[in-house]
Amino acid sequence: MNPRAENRGAAIDLDTVSKAYGSFKALDGVSLRIEPGEFMTLLGPSGSGKTTTLNVIAGFTDVTSGQLLVGGKSVVGVPAHKRNIGVVFQHYALFPHMTVGRNVAYPLTLRGIAQDERKKRVAKALDMVKMGDFAHRYPSELSGGQQQRVALARAIVFDPPLLLMDEPLGALDKKLREWLQLEIKRIHRELGTTFVYVTHDQEEALVLSDRIAVFNRGCIEQVGTGRQLYDEPATLFVGRFIGDSTVLRGEAKSDGTGTALTVAGETVIAPRRLAGEVHPVMLLRPEKLAIRRPGQDAAGTNRLSGTIAEAIYLGSGSKYEVKLGDGSTAIVRSPLAGESFGLGEKVELCFDGADAKLLPDDSTADTTLT
Amino acid sequence: MSALEPTTPSAPQRAGWAWRPYALTLPALLLLVAVIGYPLLTIVLRSLSEPQWGLQNYAWFFGAPVNLTVLQRTFTISAWVTVVCVLCAYPYAYLMTAVGPRVRLVLVLCVLIPFWVSGVVRTLSWVILLQDSGVINSLLRSAGFDGVRLIRTQTGVVIGMAQVLLPFMILPLYSVMKGIDLRLVQAARSLGARPSRAFFTVYLPLSLPGVYAGAIIVFILALGFYITPALLGGPRSTMLSTLVQTQVLSLLQWGRGGAMGVVLLIATFVLLALAAPVMRSRYREAGRR
Repeated sequence: MNPRAENRGAAIDLDTVSKAYGSFKALDGVSLRIEPGEFMTLLGPSGSGKTTTLNVIAGFTDVTSGQLLVGGKSVVGVPAHKRNIGVVFQHYALFPHMTVGRNVAYPLTLRGIAQDERKKRVAKALDMVKMGDFAHRYPSELSGGQQQRVALARAIVFDPPLLLMDEPLGALDKKLREWLQLEIKRIHRELGTTFVYVTHDQEEALVLSDRIAVFNRGCIEQVGTGRQLYDEPATLFVGRFIGDSTVLRGEAKSDGTGTALTVAGETVIAPRRLAGEVHPVMLLRPEKLAIRRPGQDAAGTNRLSGTIAEAIYLGSGSKYEVKLGDGSTAIVRSPLAGESFGLGEKVELCFDGADAKLLPDDSTADTTLT
Repeated sequence: MSALEPTTPSAPQRAGWAWRPYALTLPALLLLVAVIGYPLLTIVLRSLSEPQWGLQNYAWFFGAPVNLTVLQRTFTISAWVTVVCVLCAYPYAYLMTAVGPRVRLVLVLCVLIPFWVSGVVRTLSWVILLQDSGVINSLLRSAGFDGVRLIRTQTGVVIGMAQVLLPFMILPLYSVMKGIDLRLVQAARSLGARPSRAFFTVYLPLSLPGVYAGAIIVFILALGFYITPALLGGPRSTMLSTLVQTQVLSLLQWGRGGAMGVVLLIATFVLLALAAPVMRSRYREAGRR
């Protein structure tokens, strides 16, 4: 294991950055600080503003308003070629008329670096992505994964303090993607550069990132570590976007001790309440829900009845989709040792009210998640 | 022979079918043989056999300095026409890739409409535009400049021919340019290339196949031009086709005319063979949309 290299990354500060296309606001007052050397992932569905944010940092897109600092200096109005930022694109963007070696040497040639030095650095960058034997090939002779590794070498060869990646693994198959995720992690550790990574894949975000910024409709919903986003989602959107979740909606009553929610005639209680005049919903992670046959002794304080709509064998356990009385679907994971249930079977779901996360309802979450 | 070798009982049948796709080219092939192959053969034969068998027609061609001057001029004028066409067509074709579909349609029509007008009519229009008392010279004089001599000069011929041949340059250029992934230019910018550098190192090299394709078409068509140089040119801008016409139609020297045609054909092939290594690009279509 390589220790983390010395911190050579640049900090990024976005201060109420907005970008409008006519009346459409692609970015609506986004503020975000990215620490030097951090691996920050911008996560969100398509059209949520994550790629626009990346393009703003890269200098491909002008901001309509707001301030953007890279390494403490404002770069608003600075053209892309003067920003010294590495960019890796989903479509690789290797120059088809140049060999791998010349592609990687390109940014060094532009910077007037002498040939000896250039050769050394190209070889080093290609070795880092394990493409050292391919310098004389043309991009068309490489597979997608190889092309993306060359693109990565080209983006780091000039030692930029900041590397931007726009869904770099989006066009690759799952196995290759998982392997390259680990490669990217390793390279981040070795370089000590700030990485900003755009993806719509929450699993990828969890694997790679120090912190994740969740985007929705041109705004940041929440910034935090993967664990923070999973355990303490700030909004229903975040809770649903990161990991599996069950959302309980119903008639709500709150008092000093907690909140009661009535879902299709059954009432569940959480020992918390939301401030303000908002309609609360409960969000439950699959591992917080216990599944059993009706009538058995229940450990949790709350119970809901439903029928098994889908049973998925996962190897390490089973995942069930349970249709609740109001037609909504709950997701439950049960360990291999537990009981198994068949399709259509009547079951009961139990949970501890303290494990239910109370969040204000956000009816937009349903539409944006499709 | 191994027993494990797969047997292919259908192989003979397949061999029988294999030529069938080529049969689709038969009508074109017949036409080609009839209207190109046969006349070409006749030209070669006549150049070697009239008035008697031998190389006397070729000896005559290379013996008369005027012929060599005209041959050289034919290539020079064609080269200039190609250069003018590239310079005019490149920005035009680029504009076609950059605009919306409506404007593009207008631009395509602007290229094609002159195409639908007879070459003779267009050339006569150029006579009106270029002549000493023509539109261009009147405008120049009214703007206070001296008039320029355009008609019956090599410049006039080049202008007229370039206008006629421009579509042959624009269309192949456009078809290559519209396939260039502009995101590559964006990538070059992110790597530190200012816009002009990104153009010369990325966009221009990727557009060269279109330049080459258009240049070859324009150059070869220009070599055989007859009407435009005949009407716009003077005695000092005669091209080879005019000499051929004189030999064949005025002097009835079919052998000499044929020899000139053969020389032009061979010279063209030699030039293309010399240019081929430059134009061969090693990269394939990867990285294109």
